[in-house]
Amino acid sequence: MSDQSHAQTDHDLAPGEEEQHSVGARIVGYVVGLALALLLTATSFFVAGTDLVWQPSIPVALIVLAIAQMGVHLVFFLHITTGPDNTNNVLALAFGLMVVFLVVGGTVWIMAHLNANMPPMDHIMRMQ
Amino acid sequence: MAMTATAGHAQADPHHIGLVIEHPGPAPKRIVTAYGFWIFLLSDIVMFSCFFAAYAVLSGQTAGGPKGSEIFDQRNVAIETVCLLLSSFTCGMASIAADVRNRFWFYLGMAVTCLLGLVFLVIEFREFADLVAQGYGPSRSAFLTAFFSLVGCHGLHVSAGVLWLLTMMAQVFAKGFRADVLRRMMCFALFWHALDIVWVGVFSVVYLLGSAA
Repeated sequence: MSDQSHAQTDHDLAPGEEEQHSVGARIVGYVVGLALALLLTATSFFVAGTDLVWQPSIPVALIVLAIAQMGVHLVFFLHITTGPDNTNNVLALAFGLMVVFLVVGGTVWIMAHLNANMPPMDHIMRMQ
Repeated sequence: MAMTATAGHAQADPHHIGLVIEHPGPAPKRIVTAYGFWIFLLSDIVMFSCFFAAYAVLSGQTAGGPKGSEIFDQRNVAIETVCLLLSSFTCGMASIAADVRNRFWFYLGMAVTCLLGLVFLVIEFREFADLVAQGYGPSRSAFLTAFFSLVGCHGLHVSAGVLWLLTMMAQVFAKGFRADVLRRMMCFALFWHALDIVWVGVFSVVYLLGSAA
C-alpha cells in the first residue's frame, strides 16, 4: 500500500481519483461525505421553514448552506483537493467558477439596476 | 555524470545544459480522458449558471399567475433531494467496486443508483404534469418558463445519466472491467456527482428561496 501511495506522487491525479487506495478508507470517505451532505440539506430545509431565526437572514443562510454543501460534494465525492497532484483540476474548477460568478452576479446586478431605473409599464404606455 | 544518470534516456537532457529534467511523456490515457470530461462538466455547469441567472431575474415576473411559494411542495423536494444524495453515494460505491473489479457490488451499486434516479425522475415528472394540468405550464408566465427550463434541463441530464448508467452495466456485463470501460465508468461517476451539485443549487435557489420569499 505504501509503495502505491509513493508511486501516486509521480503523476497528476485525474478528477474523481483518490490518493489512497484502501477500499475501507475510500468507503469511509463517501460515508463522511454523505453524512455531512445530509446534515447540510436537513439544515437548509429546517432554516427555510422555521420562524426561529431572523427572517431577512434566511436567504443568505440558504445560499451559504448551499455553497458549503457544494464544497462537501466536491471534496468527498469528486475528490477535488488542494494536493499538488490536483492543481490542474483545481485551476479548471477556478476558471469555471469565475465564469459562473460573472454570469450570475453580472446578470442579477445589471437586471436589478435596469428594473429600478425603468418606469412602470403603464407609464411607458402613457408617454407614447 | 549526466550521461551515467540518463543512460537509456536520450531525451532527458535535450538541450545539453547539464540539467537532467525527467520527461515522463504524456499523461496516462485515464487522466487525459477524465480531465477532458472534467472540462466538459465545468462548461455544463456554466450553461446551468445561465439558466440560474435567467431564473433569478424572472422569478418575480409571475404575470398574475402563481408565485413559487404557491406551487412548490417542500415534502416532494425533500424526497427528491434525499434520492439524489443517496444515489451519489451508491454511485461512489459502484465506482469503488469497479476499481476492485467486484462484479456483484458493482451491479448492486449501479442498480440502486438507477432506482433512486428513476424515483427522482418520477416525482419530478408528476410535479410537472400536475402544474401543467392546473394550467400553470411553461407558457403561463416568465417565472414558470424559467422554472421549467432550469428544473427540466436538470431532469433531462438525469434522464441521460440513467441511460448512460444502464449502458455502463451492459458494457461491464458484455466486456468485463476493461480499461476503456473503466474510463467510461469514471466519467459517468463524475457526471452523476456533478448533477447532484447542480441539484443542490436548484433546491436551494428555486424551491427553498422561492418558498421563503
